[in-house]
Amino acid sequence: MARKVKMRIWRGDSKSGDFKDVTVEANEGEVVLDVIHRVQATQISDLAVRWNCKAGKCGSCSMEINGKPRLACMTRMNMYGEDETITVTPLRAFPVIKDLVTDVSFNYKKAMEVPAFEGPEDLKPGEYRMQQVDVERSQEFRKCIECFLCQDTCHVIRDHEENKKSFAGPRFFIRIAELDMHPLDRLRNRKKKAQEEHGLGMCNITKCCTEVCPEHIKITDNAIIPMKERVVDVKYDPVRWLGSKIRKREGIE
Amino acid sequence: MATGVFSSTRAAIKERTLRTDRWWLQPAITVAVLVSFIIYATFRAFENKYYFTEPLISPFYSPCLSAACVEGAAHFGTPFSALSLFGFAISPALLILIFPLGFRLTCYYYRKAYYRSFWMSPPACAVAEPHKKYTGETRAPLILQNGHRWFFYFGLIFNIILTYDAIIAFKNPEGEWGHMSVGTLVLLLNATMLWLYSASCHTCRHTIGGRLRNFSKHPLRYKMWTWVSALNERHPVYAWISLIVVALTDFYVRLVASGTITNYYFF
Repeated sequence: MARKVKMRIWRGDSKSGDFKDVTVEANEGEVVLDVIHRVQATQISDLAVRWNCKAGKCGSCSMEINGKPRLACMTRMNMYGEDETITVTPLRAFPVIKDLVTDVSFNYKKAMEVPAFEGPEDLKPGEYRMQQVDVERSQEFRKCIECFLCQDTCHVIRDHEENKKSFAGPRFFIRIAELDMHPLDRLRNRKKKAQEEHGLGMCNITKCCTEVCPEHIKITDNAIIPMKERVVDVKYDPVRWLGSKIRKREGIE
Repeated sequence: MATGVFSSTRAAIKERTLRTDRWWLQPAITVAVLVSFIIYATFRAFENKYYFTEPLISPFYSPCLSAACVEGAAHFGTPFSALSLFGFAISPALLILIFPLGFRLTCYYYRKAYYRSFWMSPPACAVAEPHKKYTGETRAPLILQNGHRWFFYFGLIFNIILTYDAIIAFKNPEGEWGHMSVGTLVLLLNATMLWLYSASCHTCRHTIGGRLRNFSKHPLRYKMWTWVSALNERHPVYAWISLIVVALTDFYVRLVASGTITNYYFF
């Protein structure tokens, strides 16, 4: 059944902007992105919004709805009360381009800083063999759709622009964890690099990244904390360091 | 110069957050519970009495290692003489509390809880924090959080001692085995919750198998890792329950030791 909903949509660019109040129809079963499209079709034809799959798999329609980083295509309108005004803004951790569209190129730069997978020298791609039990931890992190909601909500960069230089962010910590846990990756200094170059130590594990992940990846418990423990193994645990020198132990390198 | 969500290139929005839910509730509850615990634990650590009555000993005072311990409380000898500072006797609890305190202070879950609620870094997700600068756990003193595993190892020793305390609570006040009281159940519950809290710890998960690259080469450790992983999902729950239970256990022992109530024996 159709109903009228009130929305406050942020409009502007990197120089200025403000909220625009609209009242728009919403039908049963619709999501916020559907209603934004209706606003675009009937009231604000030049409203900028980035979207693609409408199925929660492309990670394009990331925005903040009532202050929470969310995918607009996965946020149902019936989550909100009949009289509630729904506020929609662009991601607040990244430079705004126009209206609901932000410049997320920071993430692409950080992606390039993570060394790629290096397989065994004596095997060609296609010849890799590994057991499921050894790769399933890494596979959880492959569910990432790169919506960058975790990057957006992470206070290390959201609240401190200056930290962007030295902090890769949760999306890339799961990438580093994925590779460090990979049974065939032979690059052995990922732990130290995570701490010294990607800013793992800046994370204070307040778990907002996990809270906003639309793929329900346990970013903090399964990637960041295990990486922090692996960093302790190589940097802050003298007993383990000594043990690794006396007897080569798996995982300590 | 404005930074964070107020940086010049970001969407010009003056509110620190646009969240409409009660995001402040969880940090407020955390502060209330932790402050209550800190006040109670501090009072009890300095009170220096009502911590032992045969066969029950308070977890705040176990192991009691000082010559100042009341008679019968020092199950593991008295390596420390009775200490005093400026004429005040130092409570035996002060000699040992650094270990359980350090374990909880460096715990990955409690870090989240107090960074959010006490330090407001951030107070809640997508709520701008009040601090101008942020360096996380990269420098002193917070870099010491990396020592969590040492407190975990010491915590295991304490768990063994508190389990021993629960076992000897199967004695009656005359020292005869084969009896059980409400105090026995209280000490057993306390030891169980502390074991669950330790076993579900992230460091435990890492030590038991998380650090491995090839689970297939270590089937037993992998199996144990899956068990610890299952417990680890409930680590926050165990953190809170064990904290409250340890305080209630001490409170029960205090009530019995001070003569306020009688420790009821089932048999």
